[in-house]
Parts: sequence; C-alpha cells; structure tokens
Amino acid sequence: MALLEMRDINHFFGGLQAVHHFNLDLRDGELQGLIGPNGAGKSTIFNLVSGFYAPTEGEILFQGKNIAGFRPHKVTSLGMGRTFQNIRLWNSMSVLENLCISQHSRLGYGLIDSILSTRRYREQERRVRRSAREMIEILHLENYAQEYPKNLPYGLQRRVEIGRALVMQPKLLLLDEPAAGMNPGEVDSLIELVLWLKERFKLTIWLIEHQMRVVMALCDWLKVLDFGKVIAEGPPSKIRQDQRVIKAYLGEEEEVHA
Amino acid sequence: MWRYVVLMRRYAVLVLYCSLCLLLIAAVRGEWINAYQQIVIMFAGINIILCSSLNIVNGYMGEFSCGHAGFMAVGAYTASVLNVWLFASSNPVFGQSALASHASLVVFPITLIAGGVAAALAGLLVAIPSFKTRGDYLAIITLAVNYIVKSSVENIQAIGGARGFMGMHGMVETMEEAAELPWVMIWILVSIGLTIVIIYRLVNSTYGKGIAAIRDDEIAAEIMSVDTRRMKLVVFMLSSGLAGIAGGLFAHVLGYINPGSFTILKSTEVMVMVYLGGMGSLTGSILSAIGFTILMEILRPLQVMKWVLIPFSLIVLMLFRPEGIMGDRELSDVFPKLRRIFPPNDLGAD
Repeated sequence: MALLEMRDINHFFGGLQAVHHFNLDLRDGELQGLIGPNGAGKSTIFNLVSGFYAPTEGEILFQGKNIAGFRPHKVTSLGMGRTFQNIRLWNSMSVLENLCISQHSRLGYGLIDSILSTRRYREQERRVRRSAREMIEILHLENYAQEYPKNLPYGLQRRVEIGRALVMQPKLLLLDEPAAGMNPGEVDSLIELVLWLKERFKLTIWLIEHQMRVVMALCDWLKVLDFGKVIAEGPPSKIRQDQRVIKAYLGEEEEVHA
Repeated sequence: MWRYVVLMRRYAVLVLYCSLCLLLIAAVRGEWINAYQQIVIMFAGINIILCSSLNIVNGYMGEFSCGHAGFMAVGAYTASVLNVWLFASSNPVFGQSALASHASLVVFPITLIAGGVAAALAGLLVAIPSFKTRGDYLAIITLAVNYIVKSSVENIQAIGGARGFMGMHGMVETMEEAAELPWVMIWILVSIGLTIVIIYRLVNSTYGKGIAAIRDDEIAAEIMSVDTRRMKLVVFMLSSGLAGIAGGLFAHVLGYINPGSFTILKSTEVMVMVYLGGMGSLTGSILSAIGFTILMEILRPLQVMKWVLIPFSLIVLMLFRPEGIMGDRELSDVFPKLRRIFPPNDLGAD
C-alpha cells in the first residue's frame, strides 16, 4: 500500500486550471522529487496534500485514508510534516517554544487542564518539552534553544524548521525548496542532513527543489511539472537528458537570422 | 522540608494577593477608606479585568477587537436583570423573604457567572467571522457587534431600553443584610485573582502559546497542527466572558446601567489601557488599568476635556511608544531577580 496516493487530481482556481490529472504513488521509504519551472504548480500540489486547499477533483489518500478536504492541522496530526519555501518560524518565540507548539494536536491536555494546572497538564507539558529538547539535541541546536529564530543565520533557521516538522515523528515529510537561498556549503550540509534524518527517522520524503545538485544527490525518482501537467518522470539520470524537460526550463531552440 | 519550600514558592504570589485583599477589606470595614476611594478602587479592579481580557485578543492573538464594551453590556444586563428579578421586593421569587439575604450571597456569584456565559456566547458573534477574516475586516465586525448589542438593549423596553435599568443596590443591600461586608469589592477582588490566574496559566502553557503562533504566522500554525478555529473560539469566548463578568460587577457598583455606558467610547477606553500597558503583557495590563483609573479621577475636574485628552494620549502613545509601557515583557523580565523568588513554572523539567 502506498503511503501517499494522489488519484487524478484536477485543481482549478476559478477558471484557471492549475493542476491537470496529477497522479502520485509514493511508497514507504522513498525520496521523490517534484521539479519544474517557476509557476508550474509544485507548491500548489503540496498545499493540496497539506490540506490548505481542497482539490476541485480527485482523491488524496494518506495511508489509505482519503484526506482531501481535511483541514491542515488534522492532516499534520495524521503523520505528515512540512517545511515552507520562505521559512515560517514563529519569531516572537524561542526555538524551544517553536518545537513545542508544533506538537499542539498531541498535547494530551486541554484548556481546563492548563488553567487548573492539573497533574495531567504538568506531566504532558513535561513530555512535550522533553520531546522538543530531544529534537534540539539531535539537530545540535543546544546553543540556540532559547534564541529567537530571527536572530539565527539562515541555515540554522532552516534546520529549526525541519526539526519543527519532525518533532511529532511524521511518516511523510514534505520539503518545499529546502535549499532556497543557501550557499554551496550550506547546501552540502543540507544534503547530508536530509539523508541522515531520513535514515534515523525512517522517513518518506517528497521534495520540491530547483537546485539540480540537491535533486540529483537525493532523489530516487523525479516528476517534472510544467503548467500543472507532468511532462516527464523517471530516475534523475534519465530526466536530466530528457528533451521535454530541457525545453520546459530553457525554452525552444530558435533560428538566428543573421 | 524542601518540598514544603517548593510548595510555598508555588503559592507565594497567591498568598501575597490574598493578604493584600484581606488588608483592603479590613480597611473598608474599619472605615479608613471613604466611599469615594472605595469606588475608585473598585473601578480600577474592573478595569484590570477588562484590560487583561482584551489583551489576550488584541495583544496576544494580534487581532484588533474594538467592541469590548458590547460584551461588558451583555454581562452587565444579564447579571442585573437576574438579580433584580430574583430579589426585588415586588417579585415573588425571593423578594423580601427570610431566606433572601442568605440566598443572595450564593446567587450573586452565580448570576455573575451567568453574565459571563451570556457574554461568552455573544463572543461567538465575533469568533465565527474570525475564521475567515482578519485585521481590518474583523475590526469592523467587532465594531458592528458593539453597536448591535447597544442598539438591541435600547430597543428592549422590558429592561428599560434607553432609559436604563436599576435596582442593583437592592441586591447589594440584601447581601449586606446577611453579613456586613463590602461584597461587591470582595467579588471584584476574587474575579481579578481568577482572571489573572486563568490568563497567566493559559498563556504560559504550550496550549496557550498556540495563540501567539496564530499571531506570528497563522498559516504555519494551522499546518503545524494548531487547530486555529478552536483556539480562536477559546480566545474570543474567554475574553468576552471575562468582560461580561466585569460588566456584571460594574453594574452592581453603580446600581444603575444604561446602554450609553457601553458604547464605542467605553471600548476605546479599554483599548487605550491595553495599548498603554503593552500588547501581550499581563503585568502591563494590570499596571495601566490601575494607572489609567487613577489618571481619570485626577482629570475629573476637567469634565468634558477628559474625552479630548484620552484619544489624544492614544495618538501620542502610538507615535512615541507604540509598544506601551511594558511592551510584551512581564515584571520578571524587567526585574530578573524576581524570578528567583517567584519561579515562573514549577515543572521540574525546565
């Protein structure tokens, strides 16, 4: 059984069709990539899976369950983590707090417990903070636990964001252009980090990325999207030579009239 | 022995507060504080509740609610109508019966809470639209709700309409028959204690921090498993519920209420207090509520000019210190030594 399946997804924004007949079959343990020129609809597809939009047509099955139309917080609590293209950390709260808050759907206590400071509240709150601290240790962020994200360098912020997505131990991790804005050194660290995390947490990863180096190093399988349609798919070595892909990114060859 | 100390530290603030309250009540009984001063203290207390309850919406959740007086009105009228109905001498429920005075001691907090619940339900009028709107658009909705409440009351003749509603002094007298204590002052002090404890604990729990996450980045919050709709419901209903309780207390201090007390003017007063104290700072709300009330009394001789000065001070505040006195810091951020005496969170794991 596939971990994530998308069946014949068509998505419209008013009269504009953003996604055409998109299908996906993502199995446990895979690391797939979704690439394509800007505006192709890659983030839209991620947003459909996250629950931010409900697909106009089609089904999205996560672990066999149809999640199309579920609200994002529900989808996440089912076992899906996600990072964002522009880092969306909560800047008025420390790194530790960021990692605690993303466990919100599994706090184990509610409003009354927090107000009355019951034993359940104190035990569960301790557990939540422990999980956050463990993630901080795993990602070597101990020195920054009390720091505000906006004060951290970009590479570290990205690490915090990934940690935030992983703290609830999801089965599937969606990475939306994780290497965006990074210099080559940071990109190398990121590639190492992703591979290591995948191994340690037994993750399935779906990745959107523009930088070919990252894509080639990480992905087992690629789908290429252009104007909402999949124009090619296959292993990276085959895709990089595919004429249709080259045309989509670079345009057609033109005759030059002297 | 050590456990004892830890327990004492956890309840230190509570004990301190209770001692202060007892001192105050003793002072009132001993007539060291005159009636005028008592009313100022009671208004300051009510303002603390109003200010901190608005702060969780405007400061902590980052919304812009400008209709807080509307919820105050719902609580004021609910509690007043219930009490007068139950205890007015012309009415057969409790009336002048022998059990009236003792019953009133128990009924008063119940009707106050009923006012709070009614106000919390009125808060749904703002909470539900907030699922789909934010910022300016939600602000307009909150303004509209303030007007809806005020105008509805004006049109319900059974509770006095625009002429107002009175009789709450009767209730207070009935309570004083059972025991000669400043009951309204006592209930104000109890409500302040509860309000502060509730808000403090909510805001320091990871559950409550979901609210700040909504302010910082709502989309990220939703995707990171925070049920934003549920949190918005909790925040708006808690905020308006507390305002309703403040309204019920307000009504019993004055003995007479009319819709004119709960207009946008009142909402603005509360907003000034919130922004003066600092959005998101509980200490700031307490300090500015007390300070503002005292300032109002000092300015009383100026009469109408007061209403020029208040909005003007809001402008000056926004220009020169928009974050308010405390910003989003608490007393223990300004005086870190306090943290050693009053530990923020006795969870052990931190």
